[in-house]
Amino acid sequence: METNAITPFTPLASLGGGVMIGLSAVMVMALFGRIAGIAGITRGTLGAILPGAGGRDGRDWRATFLLGLLAAPVLVTVAGGGVPQTVPEAPLPMILAGLLVGVGTALGSGCTSGHGVCGLARLSRRSFAAVGTFMVVAFATVFVLRHALGAA
Amino acid sequence: MRPVFGFIAGLLFGLGLIVSGMADPAKVLNFLDLFGTWDPSLAFVMGGATTTAFIGYRLVLRRPSPVLGTEYDIPATSGIDRNLIAGSALFGLGWGIGGFCPGPALTALPLGAPGTLLFVPAMLIGLWLGARAGTLSFSSRKTEP
Repeated sequence: METNAITPFTPLASLGGGVMIGLSAVMVMALFGRIAGIAGITRGTLGAILPGAGGRDGRDWRATFLLGLLAAPVLVTVAGGGVPQTVPEAPLPMILAGLLVGVGTALGSGCTSGHGVCGLARLSRRSFAAVGTFMVVAFATVFVLRHALGAA
Repeated sequence: MRPVFGFIAGLLFGLGLIVSGMADPAKVLNFLDLFGTWDPSLAFVMGGATTTAFIGYRLVLRRPSPVLGTEYDIPATSGIDRNLIAGSALFGLGWGIGGFCPGPALTALPLGAPGTLLFVPAMLIGLWLGARAGTLSFSSRKTEP
């Protein structure tokens, strides 16, 4: 992958943004009694449209939750802020990555938010195993792509 | 009420992703690149989010039921099975290739980067396929973390 752009270390903004994500997860538990996992919320919304996607209940708040996610960058842009990003562009790797992330989080029942934020906060054994697994594999993947294969 | 508060929670989550820098796959990939252009920011996002949820959940769960619902639906399964590990490994592989996990990918969608426009539809197809595969191999298993 060619995206070896250097990004600045932003401890305060990242900690603050993390607290906002945590507050959203607490809100979802307080109001709806559910785990705020984006993969699960997306699959639940898909379940309202496609057969066999699972998670049919709670589609009222799940669909608007996703709209809220989509509204965030629009709001920031309208308010005059920027959302800096460098997205890898190679088409086949990005399609493959999307498929893997979708299949993997559906099969593994969670992603960085469901297992990462919510699961670790609940001290779930399953989530510790899931986070350990996807972290190790992701570190190894980037190492192979950037260093072992010398893609840069 | 439920749809309105769902929107607010989603908006807060998305703004959190943007403020923390996680809507930028380059930042995520640099966190994962220990031996190159390492950027430890992601650890601070996870630390802030998990600590807040850890404290918040303990306060919230003192109430007998959720404010806008009938009961808490918290995953009760504790067994570590093949689907959990294989699925998480596949997810880690895709995350390491694209630098996107589901939340940041959806949040980045309106920004319209070419890579995002390919990643998100593929992810939705993958979620659908994975959910079908999961129900086929482990019928009646509840699929939440």
